Parts: sequence; structure tokens; C-alpha cells
Amino acid sequence: MTISSQLNAPHSLDDDSSPGKVKIRAKNLVAGYGESNVLKGIDLDIMANEVTAIIGPSGCGKSTFIRCLNRMHELVPSAFADGQVLLDDTDIYSPSVDPVLLRRRIGMVFQKPNPFPTMSIRENVLAGLRLTRRLRGAAADELVERSLTGAALWDEVKDKLDEPGTSLSGGQQQRLCIARTIAVEPDVILMDEPCSALDPVATARIEELIDHLKTDYTVVIVTHNMQQAARCSDRTAFFLLGEVIEYAPTDDIFTKPIDSRTEDYVTGKFG
Amino acid sequence: MQKGERSLVGEHAFVVACAAAVFLPILLLVFLFADVFIDGIARLDWQFITSFPARRAGEAGILPGLVGSVFLILITGLCALPIGIGSAIYLEEYAGRGDNVRRDDGIFKYYFVRAWDRAFSPLIEINVANLAGVPSVIYGLLGLEVFVRVAGFGHSILAGGMTLALLVLPIIIIASREAIRGIPRHYREAAYGLGATRWEVVWQIVLPSAFPGILTGAILAISRAIGETAPIIVIGALTYITFVPDCLHSDFTALPIQIFNWVSRPQREFAVNAAAGIIVLLFTVLLLNAFAVILRNRLQRRL
Repeated sequence: MTISSQLNAPHSLDDDSSPGKVKIRAKNLVAGYGESNVLKGIDLDIMANEVTAIIGPSGCGKSTFIRCLNRMHELVPSAFADGQVLLDDTDIYSPSVDPVLLRRRIGMVFQKPNPFPTMSIRENVLAGLRLTRRLRGAAADELVERSLTGAALWDEVKDKLDEPGTSLSGGQQQRLCIARTIAVEPDVILMDEPCSALDPVATARIEELIDHLKTDYTVVIVTHNMQQAARCSDRTAFFLLGEVIEYAPTDDIFTKPIDSRTEDYVTGKFG
Repeated sequence: MQKGERSLVGEHAFVVACAAAVFLPILLLVFLFADVFIDGIARLDWQFITSFPARRAGEAGILPGLVGSVFLILITGLCALPIGIGSAIYLEEYAGRGDNVRRDDGIFKYYFVRAWDRAFSPLIEINVANLAGVPSVIYGLLGLEVFVRVAGFGHSILAGGMTLALLVLPIIIIASREAIRGIPRHYREAAYGLGATRWEVVWQIVLPSAFPGILTGAILAISRAIGETAPIIVIGALTYITFVPDCLHSDFTALPIQIFNWVSRPQREFAVNAAAGIIVLLFTVLLLNAFAVILRNRLQRRL
């Protein structure tokens, strides 16, 4: 199979998902905007079916890194990225890979919940497919129910699927965005500070959801809230000024960090 | 701190001045409307609307002017809206995104895209704003040469409609751009994140959200076009015709021209006709605007 057809082939949730397998490997990833480098050479392995948290102070390159994983970074004018990012052994930056098709395999949930304003809840969930191919009737209903259940939102909205997406509360909107993302059946879900705009109750529900999501997906979550990283993730990477300082299982990072900068950040001496 | 220690006189004076600035023009307008109304309302009847111009004021009517104006607006809208909205989409979503092209994507493509973004795109942007301020008779001259002579449409309603389309194009482009620019970036990001192509993002996310603003631009454009007299006179609109335009190539007239013609006659009865004609013109504009505003409100409620 050619590189692009490997990436574009319909993906089944069973293969490549054994724990211990590397899902995404970043090799010497350098990225930035215009003249300035934000990421200075990242080498990182994201493991399949695990939740990997990325922590670090503001400006350390967390968001830039995660956006490089699904090639959203290059949508910003004057952005550049060099190096390799391997998704299941295929370099997503190779010229034969179509970024549009890539983003259907690596989905993203953003900081501010953003359901599409002109669409109902049902249309929002199906938006990913409507943007790419049409789905009708019973198959569509079944997908809507499956995705909303997977996002722990079905019971709350099953009677009001035709209401506008923006009529929900903040936490519900964010879960709707998660449902929308998983409706496309990606392999990986990237989350860029998904709870920072939400109240503690909504945050707790989403953290619970993240724990369930890792059964079927690989999750990478950027967070500036260390306690959240400690609660949710299996592995944590500490970023500082565009470099990975330390990357280890979460318990180790927070209880016995190796690097002194990690220790200083985790204990709150700066950041 | 006692109440009254601040000087409230200045504040009050400012509020009064602002209120006056709003109410005085409206009062003037109301006065003018009332004057026209009193003069013309008696003359306004079914005979007036369905008759052709005549030597005797009592028999003259506004039918060809009314039909001509409506057809003109239709042609103008059909020509200007797709081009205007398309230009706005291009300028907002597609232009200026060439920074990511690199030398290894192809030398020719690299330099072409850079030249386009640095030279041509800004040129287009500046000129759209300038075009909005060009006097309308200049558009008439342009239309005369390009549509009437070179394209061979003759002094037809098609040429008139296309000239007016050129006239209102900058208005539509500017209003549509503002509407598109107003869509927050994160909706586009969400769509890209789901694996949408740029066109899918524009067509399914940006345009539906921007539609109310674009409709506003269309309303402004139509209101401007329906009252324009100079350009269509240059194109060759007639002032006295006894038939209704029946095809794109037929001669035509329009409401403002008919009104102007009656105003310049010495007999008093024609002045009454002119007043009635003005009422018809105002009512047509009001109707078109009301339709568009209702449509816009319906759509905005969904947001």
C-alpha cells in the first residue's frame, strides 16, 4: 500500500491498539512561527490506548506540539514545522499525506467548547461526517446515539436532539464536541486544555469520561492544571521552553521526578 | 463627595446635542415624506400603477417605470450577489494564506504565491474600498462602453442591470467581508479539526453563520441601486416609453427617470404625478428591505 492509502484506509478500532505499542512518535520535531522557534527538537513516543498528559508553564510549546500532531499548526499563517511525526510508522509530514484525511484519524477537542451555532445537537454530532460524506436515516440515528453515549451525554439530550447545539451548558457543549469528534471514529483524540473554560463539576465529569475513552482511543491532553494531569493520565511529559524535560509514568513524575526543573514545577516553585 | 459637585451641565448638553443630531434629520425626512404624501396620495390608484406615460397627466401612469425598476433590480442582484459574495469569500478565506508555501513545493509556485500575496492581493483590497466611492455616473460611462458597445447588448435592460451590478459590487463585497470576518476563528478550527477541506469549512460553517450580515449588504446594495438615475441615463434608458420591457434586450425605463421627467414638466398635474411616483418608489424600496430584514431576523434567531 502506498503511504497515503495506508492513512486513508478505513480504520478498525481493534488493530494497533494493544497497550505497549507506540501510536505516535515525534522525532526531532522543530516548529514555530515566522522567525521564532517554539519547539526546539521534540522526541516523544505516545503510547496507544493510554492517556498522555503534557504539562508545563505558559509558552513552553504544549499547544504548538499538540497542533503539530494533527497538522493544525500549519493553518496559522507563517507557521512552519520540521522533523518527523510517525502515526503507526507513517510520517504524517511526508508530501503524499493529505492533512485533511489525517485529521479524520486524529481528532481534536479545543479549549473553548465550540458546537456549530447554525446546527442542532444531532447535526453537530453528524457534522464531521456531513463535512466529509453524507449519512442518512437509521444509520445516522444509530451513530448519533452511539457517539453521544460514548461522550456520556446521551441521557441528557436524547429528548432534545433538534435543539440548537448552543442551548446546552458549557460542560454539555464540551461533551457534545467530544461526541462530534468520536463520531468520525478517529484513532487518536487530542485535547487542548478541554476543561479550562468549565466549572469544577463539569470538569470532573469530563475527566471521568477521559478515563473511559482510553479503552477505544489514544488520548493526548494538554493541561496547565497539574492536579488534573495527576488524576487523569497514565504518562506525563513536562515541557519547558520548547523541550521535553522529562517524560515518565504519571506517578513517577509527580512523586519522584528525576530532573530538578520538573521537581520545581511540580511542587509549584514556578509556573 | 456631595451629589452635584461634578459639573453635570456638560453631560446634559452632550446628550441634548446627540439627541438633536438624531431627531432633526428624521424630522426633516418625516416632513418631506408628509409633503410628498399629501401631494401624491390622491393620485395613487390602480389606474396610475397600470398605465403608460401619456401627454395628459390624468392618463399618465407609472407601469413601465415600475416594471423596469423591478427587472433592473433582479438583474443587478443576480449578477452582483454571486460575484460579490464570492469575492468576499476569496479575500477572507483564501488570499494571504501563502506564507506556508516553501521553496521545495516548487520554485514557480513559490514565487508566484509570494508575489500574489505581497502585490496583487493588497492591490485588490485597496481598490475595492476605492470603488465604493467612485461617482455613479462614471459607472454609467463604463457600462456604456463595455456593455452597450463592446459586448453589443445595446441600450437594453441587461446592460442597465449589469452596470448597476458593477456599481453595487463594492458595497456587497465590503459588507460580506465584515460578516465573514465576524465568524470567530474557533468555529473554523473545529471544522478543520474534524477533517474538513477549506471549501467545506466555507460552505457549511462560515457562510451559514455569516448569512445575516451578507443579507444586510444585499439590502444596502438594492436600496442604492433602485434609486440610481445617472448611470442608467448614460446607458440609454428612455424617458417616454409605451411598452413594458419583455426581454433582456429590450429598451427600458426606471422609476427615478420617470419621476424626474414629470418633475421637469411645467404643468402642475405632472408634479402631482411625480409625487405619486415617489410614493411608489419608496414603497417598493420598503417592501424589498422588509422582505430581506424579515429573512435576516428569521435566520438570526437560529443563532
